[in-house]
Amino acid sequence: MRGIRVVFGLLVANDAVDLAVRAGEIHALLGENGAGKSTLMRVLAGLIVPDAGEIRIGGRIEPVGSAHEAMRLGIGMVHQHFMLVPTLTVAENVCLGLASTGRFFPDLKTAAAKIRDLASTYGLDVDPNARVADLSIAGQQRVEILKALYRGARILILDEPTAVLTPQETEGLFRILRALASEGTAIIFISHKLNEVMALTERVTVLRQGRVAASAVTAETDARRLARMMVGAEIELPKLEDVSAADDGGHLPVGREKRRGDILRVSDLTCRDSRGSLRVDHASLVVGAGEIVGVAGVDGNGQQELAEAVVGLRRAEAGTISLLGQDVTAAPVARRIALGLAHIPEDRHRTALVEPMSIEDNVILEQVGRSPFSRGGWLDRGATRALASQIIADFDVRSTGPAQKVGTLSGGNQQKVVLGRALSRDPRLVVAVQPARGLDVGATAFVHRALLARRAAGAGVLLISTELDEILALSDRIVVMFKGAIMGELSRAAVTVEKLGLLMAGQAA
Amino acid sequence: MNTLAFLADPAFAGFLAASMRLAIPIMLAALGGLFSERSGVLNIGLEGAMLIGAFVGFVAAYLSGSLALGVMAAVIAGMAFGVILGLYTITLGANQVVVGIAMNLLALGVTAFFYRLIFGSGTQSPRVDAFTPLDLGLLADIPLIGPLLFRQDILAYIALALILAAWFVIAKTRFGLNIRAVGEHPEAAETLGVDVFHIRYAAIAISGSLAGLGGAFLSLSATGIFIDNMTAGRGYIALAILILGRRHPFGVLLAALLFGAADALQLRAQLLPTGVPFQFLLMLPYVLTIIVLAGFVGRDGAPAALGVPFRHSRSGET
Amino acid sequence: MSTAELAPQPRFKLPPAFGGGIIAVVSAFLVGAALIAAVGVNPLTAYAALFEAAVGTKNGLAETLVRTVPLGLCGLGIALAFRAGVFNVGAEGQLFLGGTAAAAVGVACAGWPSFILLPAMAIAAMLAGGLWSGLAAWLKLRFRADELITTIMLNYVAIHFVGFLLHGPLKEPNGALAQTARLTSDARLPVLLAGTRLHAGILIVLVAVVLAHLFLWKRVNGFRLRVVGLNPRAAENAGINIRAMMLFGFLVCGALSGLAGFAEVAGVQRRMIENLSPGFGYTAIIVALLGSTNPVGVLAAAFLFAALQIGATTMESAAGVPGTLTTVIQGLVVLFLIGRPALSLLRERLAGRRT
Repeated sequence: MRGIRVVFGLLVANDAVDLAVRAGEIHALLGENGAGKSTLMRVLAGLIVPDAGEIRIGGRIEPVGSAHEAMRLGIGMVHQHFMLVPTLTVAENVCLGLASTGRFFPDLKTAAAKIRDLASTYGLDVDPNARVADLSIAGQQRVEILKALYRGARILILDEPTAVLTPQETEGLFRILRALASEGTAIIFISHKLNEVMALTERVTVLRQGRVAASAVTAETDARRLARMMVGAEIELPKLEDVSAADDGGHLPVGREKRRGDILRVSDLTCRDSRGSLRVDHASLVVGAGEIVGVAGVDGNGQQELAEAVVGLRRAEAGTISLLGQDVTAAPVARRIALGLAHIPEDRHRTALVEPMSIEDNVILEQVGRSPFSRGGWLDRGATRALASQIIADFDVRSTGPAQKVGTLSGGNQQKVVLGRALSRDPRLVVAVQPARGLDVGATAFVHRALLARRAAGAGVLLISTELDEILALSDRIVVMFKGAIMGELSRAAVTVEKLGLLMAGQAA
Repeated sequence: MNTLAFLADPAFAGFLAASMRLAIPIMLAALGGLFSERSGVLNIGLEGAMLIGAFVGFVAAYLSGSLALGVMAAVIAGMAFGVILGLYTITLGANQVVVGIAMNLLALGVTAFFYRLIFGSGTQSPRVDAFTPLDLGLLADIPLIGPLLFRQDILAYIALALILAAWFVIAKTRFGLNIRAVGEHPEAAETLGVDVFHIRYAAIAISGSLAGLGGAFLSLSATGIFIDNMTAGRGYIALAILILGRRHPFGVLLAALLFGAADALQLRAQLLPTGVPFQFLLMLPYVLTIIVLAGFVGRDGAPAALGVPFRHSRSGET
Repeated sequence: MSTAELAPQPRFKLPPAFGGGIIAVVSAFLVGAALIAAVGVNPLTAYAALFEAAVGTKNGLAETLVRTVPLGLCGLGIALAFRAGVFNVGAEGQLFLGGTAAAAVGVACAGWPSFILLPAMAIAAMLAGGLWSGLAAWLKLRFRADELITTIMLNYVAIHFVGFLLHGPLKEPNGALAQTARLTSDARLPVLLAGTRLHAGILIVLVAVVLAHLFLWKRVNGFRLRVVGLNPRAAENAGINIRAMMLFGFLVCGALSGLAGFAEVAGVQRRMIENLSPGFGYTAIIVALLGSTNPVGVLAAAFLFAALQIGATTMESAAGVPGTLTTVIQGLVVLFLIGRPALSLLRERLAGRRT
């Protein structure tokens, strides 16, 4: 792939990206969230047509305009979220959309035999007649790989394949991938996890902000250097210090040892997702007054579930959560809000905002039942409008007024509404998840300043982000999550990118 | 005393034959519902498709004098009804329930309107010579199976054959595989080059034609006449049958027979064990359906994408 | 487990603004006009006959208002449930049970004075409808059984159960038909307009519309209800008890539908009969949608549909156009209303082909 450029609206997802992968090579594609890895691979898989650049396969320039085309060219992709029909059998999933297994009557017997052949060749232990829903996650992943191989894939893309696997399963996957590579298949392995990249791959390309940051032979580099390349060498740390210094009197010394009482205390918290797999694993952390605690980690390591448990959207299976000294483990959301919790959720469209409603209606969502908005159960529109106007002014929401529908605002202004709603009621604890996602630089700075202002006002802030820059810029302390567990905690003074990177990859610092 | 003597009782034989006869139309509609629901489209419009089928079938048979033509016309009309439903539910992604109810209302109005337009509103209702049961000789006298299976007309045998055919299509053919995949995980199907929209349109067209055939059974086999709203909610009953039969062709057959038997039994109240009001018997299949829905006897197992409109997700977020 | 999983996303889009409704109504009447012309009648003559009969005479207007009562009450209940994200198709069964409960109380307590008896009947009807709807709520909130299908099933169960009562325990003594005894005059809603059947039920509808309007737009809990319907997850995140709101949606729909049954029994039939409703509960779903689930809009839509139904007979006898044309128009109104996106889609396609 040469000079690939993909633009989504104002966002340049890929710019002048070159990537060369040889037959039989396992090539790592490394980068943070939003670095453009998935976009690049969707281009290769024919799901996105690039705005510029070319793709050569076996030396020939090939336009990969559709999934069918990619398949014909021998490109197979194992998506992060499996594209399998759970109620069908393995053989049926493999035959789906594949006319060569019988135009009208899919020949499942022959297909099953061929699947067994492929499986035994590469050590993919799969029963072709099993229902996919009955397979383990690792088993389903093997089906995905089989699906690609059955279609004659010579280039196999795996998007974060180990995110869902146990260490043992990961070892199994690596054996399979090595076997495939030794047979001449080119493998592109997308990952954040440095130890896996080091263990498995021959070469590595690092993407950062849509561009190639580095390309190297894996054996000639090491995890620390890769971590630095992935995150970027120069990180602007001083944001927190700037604000604190400018703060009148600077009464909140940075990284101070004594905290003025705990706001949030999470002990041994364990949560599962709706499918029953463990998402938060005996996690404990404390957020004190006037401090920002950053939770770093690769996306999908339980940070989301941790936040949901703290705000009350997810049931805690074990452990306790206390807010201002009160046990709220089983308390409904309303009680936590009454105690002073504010939530800036990751998915503002789904979780924070009611888009068909006005700004005015959205800002009172959490406190509509309280004075002055409710007078004997009647809405006081004067009070709600006043609050909306206030937030529009204080948080610089560009709108036509309180009556404008939130769904018609720009993303940045929507986030300002969320922020204004959360912060204007003087919360004691702010749980902010990816608060700057999808925002431009100006809006991001605004959001960060607002969080720092809450800190200065003595609130605790739990900041969950996969953007290391954001975590590093704002946090007094940083905890790192990996597979649902807290891997370690770093004070602001002690933090280095290398230490963070290693913890995020699941290695003890 | 022989406890099996009742098997030879003519009243009981009549009850069995009636159970099957009453089961056929709702079974056909449910079979239609099976195709659309397995592909992910909730077809509340079965009622309307049946009514259209009953009407068009009757008119075509009356005008042409050929029952076969009537049946064919009913199937085609049902298919057209299905395609319109598809336009709303698949292409426009409209609320599948509201569309279904509105289409049912439309079918009720259109059939009654054109019936008066064609036949006037006189008291003498036009009639066609309905299908008559085939004479299968001694087969009809086999206890239990005889009245159930061998005292029916040709349409009933077609219906039973369609159960087998539906099973074959769903379980064994590529089209069936596509339907199942599209109903469960349309995104996965799409990544493999299956056209979700085409499959769903095909499924809902089949759905409409089967319901139309079920309607034709009402007018051309059961009665030989058409009356306003003659389906009387059978399309909704088909939805219950579908759930009770776990959206499987053989399950649908059994569930339809259960409804048919309940219906036949209430017409023969003297056969009832003393003391049970027949209304409770009529309720039973619905109560069973609710029990299945609530998961008291295992999950309902509805297709994961049932009722959710599909949208292409080509571009956009990374 | 998160309660928002009960309704992961709003399953239906609220219909477009009421203006869209007017366009749809006009379009449906135009198609109807074409059908009338096909019969060989001047559409204007036929429509004139229809509206003359429905709203042009004292008796016609009274009949239309009488018909507005069940459609309006059920439509209002369904609309409120919609607003809470609940798809209650069970108004028909709830209406039957409400009517039966009202008649049972009316017969059993025949000696009571009217000002106690009528409220007692109304409360019994609302309880019966509410409890029946509450059953669907329990199935949904406890077992996640889709209310869409359970309410359809419960309609049949309710109607068969009512059939059992009318054939058995509640049957008129020495009567031949499956119906209750006739209500005494104290158990009947007063007639508002002498010489017509217009009864006080229409006042109940008007009060219900005002209350529903105030509730939705002025009350804190009405606000919460709307939030739950629009985005249950955001509602939960904001500390709103979404289960309570959904339960309320079920109960209020059941109670209002039950009340519709009461009004039919105490105002029109004067006893409970087997065929109390020609599908009011189903038509009311369309009424709720056409009225944009707005109480005032629902009332307008109920009136329109009532007028169509009442005018139909006269149109048939006076102009020779089959009255069922009005059913066609009712169906078309909805199909045009929800089919409007098709136009923009078509425009997009055409534009896309040109470039």
